[in-house]
Amino acid sequence: MSLAEQVLGHERDNEDGGWITADGRQIGAVMMEMKNITLRFGGVVAIKDISFDIRKGEIRAIIGPNGAGKSSMLNVISGFYNPQEGDVFYLGEKRPKMRPYEVARQGIARTFQNIALFEGMSVLDNVMTGRLNHMKAGVLSQALWKGRAEREEIENREKVEKIIDFLEIQNIRKKPVGSLPYGLKKRVELARALAAEPSLLLLDEPMAGMNVEEKEDMSRFILDVNDEFGTTIALIEHDMGVVMDLSDRVVVMDYGKKIGDGTPDEVRNNQDVIDAYLGVAHD
Amino acid sequence: MGELSRDAGGPVTSVPALLDRNAKAWPDRTAYREKEFGIWQSWSWAETRSEIRNLARGLLNLGVGPGDFVAIIGANRPHLYWSIPAAQMVGAVPVPVYNDSAAEEMAYVLDHCGARVVIAEDQEQVDKVLEVKAQLPALEHIIYLDPRGMRKYDHTHLHEFTHVQEQGHALRDELTAELDRRAAAITYDDICVMLYTSGTTGKPKGVVLSNRNIIETSKNSAEFDKLGAGEEVLAYLPMAWVGDFIFSIGQAYWTGFCVNCPESVETLATDLREIGPSYYFAPPRIFETQLTNVMIRMEDAGRLKKWLFDRFMAHARKVGGDLLDGRPVGGMDRLKYRLGEFLIYGPLKDTLGLGRVRVGYTAGEAIGPEIFDFYRSLGINLKQLYGQTEASVFITQQPDGEVRSDTVGVASPGVELKIAESGEVFYRSPGVFQSYYKNADSTASTKDAEGWVATGDAGFIEEGSGHLRIIDRAKDVGKMADGSLFAPKYVENKLKFYPNILEAVVFGNGREMCTAFINIDLTAVGNWAERNNIAYSSYQELAGHPQVLETVREHVEAVNRSVAEDEMLSGCPIHRFLILHKELDADDGEMTRTRKVRRKVIEEKFHDLITALYDGTETISTRTEVTYEDGRKGHISATLSICDAAVQPVASKKVAAE
Repeated sequence: MSLAEQVLGHERDNEDGGWITADGRQIGAVMMEMKNITLRFGGVVAIKDISFDIRKGEIRAIIGPNGAGKSSMLNVISGFYNPQEGDVFYLGEKRPKMRPYEVARQGIARTFQNIALFEGMSVLDNVMTGRLNHMKAGVLSQALWKGRAEREEIENREKVEKIIDFLEIQNIRKKPVGSLPYGLKKRVELARALAAEPSLLLLDEPMAGMNVEEKEDMSRFILDVNDEFGTTIALIEHDMGVVMDLSDRVVVMDYGKKIGDGTPDEVRNNQDVIDAYLGVAHD
Repeated sequence: MGELSRDAGGPVTSVPALLDRNAKAWPDRTAYREKEFGIWQSWSWAETRSEIRNLARGLLNLGVGPGDFVAIIGANRPHLYWSIPAAQMVGAVPVPVYNDSAAEEMAYVLDHCGARVVIAEDQEQVDKVLEVKAQLPALEHIIYLDPRGMRKYDHTHLHEFTHVQEQGHALRDELTAELDRRAAAITYDDICVMLYTSGTTGKPKGVVLSNRNIIETSKNSAEFDKLGAGEEVLAYLPMAWVGDFIFSIGQAYWTGFCVNCPESVETLATDLREIGPSYYFAPPRIFETQLTNVMIRMEDAGRLKKWLFDRFMAHARKVGGDLLDGRPVGGMDRLKYRLGEFLIYGPLKDTLGLGRVRVGYTAGEAIGPEIFDFYRSLGINLKQLYGQTEASVFITQQPDGEVRSDTVGVASPGVELKIAESGEVFYRSPGVFQSYYKNADSTASTKDAEGWVATGDAGFIEEGSGHLRIIDRAKDVGKMADGSLFAPKYVENKLKFYPNILEAVVFGNGREMCTAFINIDLTAVGNWAERNNIAYSSYQELAGHPQVLETVREHVEAVNRSVAEDEMLSGCPIHRFLILHKELDADDGEMTRTRKVRRKVIEEKFHDLITALYDGTETISTRTEVTYEDGRKGHISATLSICDAAVQPVASKKVAAE
C-alpha cells in the first residue's frame, strides 16, 4: 500500500503513487525520502527515528512547537547536518554523506530563518549569487570577460530578471539589501533561492515576523512558485493558519518525534497533534 | 521629414492609416519602448505594424466586427496600446477603461457600451471582469496579456494575447484581404475611440470621438509646439484618460514619436530618469509631490549643499523665468545662472528626469504659483493648458514666452471661445466630440446645434493678454448670504499650494461664512513630525496633533489674507476649519478617479461635521465608513477639534464703513 493510500485515503491515481489535487495540480512520485532519521548532538537527541517523504510538485509543511526539531530536520535535508542513523533517498538513490554545496548542486535550495543575505550588496547582486551553480566559466574567461563568461552573465541576468519580475521587486533592484524592510528581505531571499532553479525548495519560516498583509503576499508567491515553476516546496512555519491553507501534506513533530503526518484536515483532527499544541494534563 | 512626406500616399483619415504611413516612412525608427526584465525592449514602426496586424487578424478570427466595442483595461503597456488600432482596423470601437476601477464601476462601463471583447492586462483585471460577467450579456471574449496565474482558469472564453496574435499570424493568407478591406473602409467621421469621463457628478458618460476629432486635434497641437518624430514621451497616465489618448496615440501616430512605457508604477521615477522625455505631461499633483520630495531631501542634506541649493534657487527664482521667456537679463546674472546650471539646476533636473524636457504641460487642476515657478526657474519649459475629454483635450494652451501660473493660455489652434453671460466658458473646435453614447439628453444640454460646447467652468478672458482665466466650476460658483461671490475651488487651490495640505473642501454657498475640511499631506507632515520627534501611529493620529492643527491654522490665515486682497473673491475667507480623520479617497466615492473632489458626496457623508462647523461646536465625534482596496468595508471613529481662524477685514467693506 502506498503512502498516499495509507495516509490520505486517496485512490492511487497514478502509477507512481501520485495524485491530482483539488485545484488541479499534479503531485508526482516520491522525490525525497527520509528513512528512520535520528540526529544527536552529544547527549541531546534532536530527531528520533523519523520517516517521511516529499513528493514531486507538492507543498510539504513541517510544523511543531518550539524545539520540536523542525529546523534540524530541514538542515538534514539540506545536508548541513548528517544524521547518525537513517538514510536519505533523493530521486530514488541513497544519498551519501554530503557537504551543503554538493546538496545544492543536486537542485536543493533554501532560505534561512534569520535572513542570510549580503547586506551591503544590491538586491540584484544578491539574487545573482543564487546563480553560482550555473556559472561554469573559468577564471581566465571571467577576467577577460570574453566568450563564455560574457554569455553566461547575460543568460544568468536574464533568468534573474524573470525572477525579479515574478516576485515584483523591480523597484528595489538596485537598492542595497541592508536598507530594505524585513518583509522585502524575505522576498529577496526567496528570489535568491529561486535563482538556483531548484527542484526542491526549502523554506525555513518564510513568514516569521511578518504582518498579515506581508504573509498574504508571501503565501501567494509560494503558491505561484509551486504552480508556475512546478517547484517542490518543503517549508517550516509557525503560523498554523498559513500552513493549513498552503500545504498539501503536513508532518507534525514534537520533542524530536513525528506525531502526525497527512493532509491538513487529518492533522488538524489528530489527537496527538492537538495535545502537543494545546498541552495535555499529566496524571 | 517635412509636411509633404506625412501626407504622401493619400489622405490619412484614421489611426490605422497613420500606422501604415509611419511604417512606410520610418520602418526602423523606434515606435514603442517598454522596460521589462530590467532592460528597455523596443519595437520599430515596422514591427509595431506587424504586431498590430497580427492582433487585428486574431480579432477577426474571433468574429469581432464593425460596431463592436472592445474594452481595454490595464496599465500603460505597448501591447495594450496596440489593441487600439487593432480594434479600429476590424471596424470595432476601442474603449479604454480605468484599470484602478472597482469591479462594479467596471461593470457599469462595460455594460453601458456593451463590450463584446475585453482585453485585460493581467489576472487582477480578468478577475474583476469575471466577477461581474453575469451582468454583462454582451461580453463574449476576454483576452489577457500576462499569463501568470491564468493557467487554471476555464479557457472557453479566455484567450492569451500572444495566442490571439499567433492565430492571426497563422491565418494571414485567409484574413489579410478582409482586414485591408475593413481598414480601408474607415472614414474620417467614424468613431475613433470612446472615452468615459470620470464625472464629478453622477455616472460616467461615454464620450464619442471621431477620427477627425483626434487627428485634427493632434495635428494642430503638434504644430503649435513643433513636435516632431524625435520626441520621447513617457506613457504613465491612465490609458482611459483623454490626455493619454491624445499624447500616446493621437500625437504619437501623427508625428511618429516614440512612446515609452514604464516597468511598473513603483519604478516610475527611475524610468523617467532613464528615458529623459522631451515632451512631458503631468497633473499638478505630480509636480507637487516631486517638489515636496526635493524639499524633504534638501532638509536632510548637508549644510554646504543646503546653502548652495538655497542660494542658487533664489537666483533662479529671480532670473530663471525671464531667461526661459527670452526677456533681457544682465550679463552678471546670466553668468551666475550658468554656474547654477552646472552646480544645481542641471543635476537636479537630471534627478527629476526632466533634464531634456522641451515642452512640458500641466493641466486638470490649478497649479500653485510657487510650484509652477520652481520648475520654470530651473529652465524647464512647463506650461499650462485647459482641456476636456469633450474637446479632445485642447481648449486653450500657453504659447512659449507667454507663460503664467494664473491663466490657462490662449485659444488652441482651431478653437473658438466665448463667455456666456453667466460667466460660463463655451468653445467650438474641430475636436468637439460627436455625442455622449446612449445619452442624447446630456449631449443636447452640453453641445448646441451650432457646435458650441459648455465647459461647465466659469471664467473670463483677461483684457490685454487675451488669456483665459478659470475661476471655478460654474455650478460650484455661488453667492454668500451677503451676496458676494463664492468660488470654493479658488480658495481650495490656494490652500493646497501649501505642501502640508493635500486636499481642501470649502463650504459656504448661501451661508454667512466659509468653512473648510482639510486633508494633510502625510509625506510632508510625516517628515516634519519625524524631524521634530513627534511620534504617531496613523494618519488619524497625526491629523489630530495640536501642533499640526496650529500649522494648518497659520496656512489658513495666510490664505485669508491673500483672499482679502482679491476684489472679486474677498467674500470668502475661511472662518472655521477642521482636519479630516481620513484621506478623501476615490474608493469611498469622495473623489473621482482623476482625484477631483466630489462635493455633493462629501456634503452628504460628513453632514454632521459641516453642521458642527457652523453651530460653534468645538469638538465632535464621528464615525465614517471606509472601503478598502479589495472592496471590504470598515469603519473608523474619531473625535475632531474644530479651529477658528483669524479673518482679515474685507478691504472694500472697510472703505464703505469709513
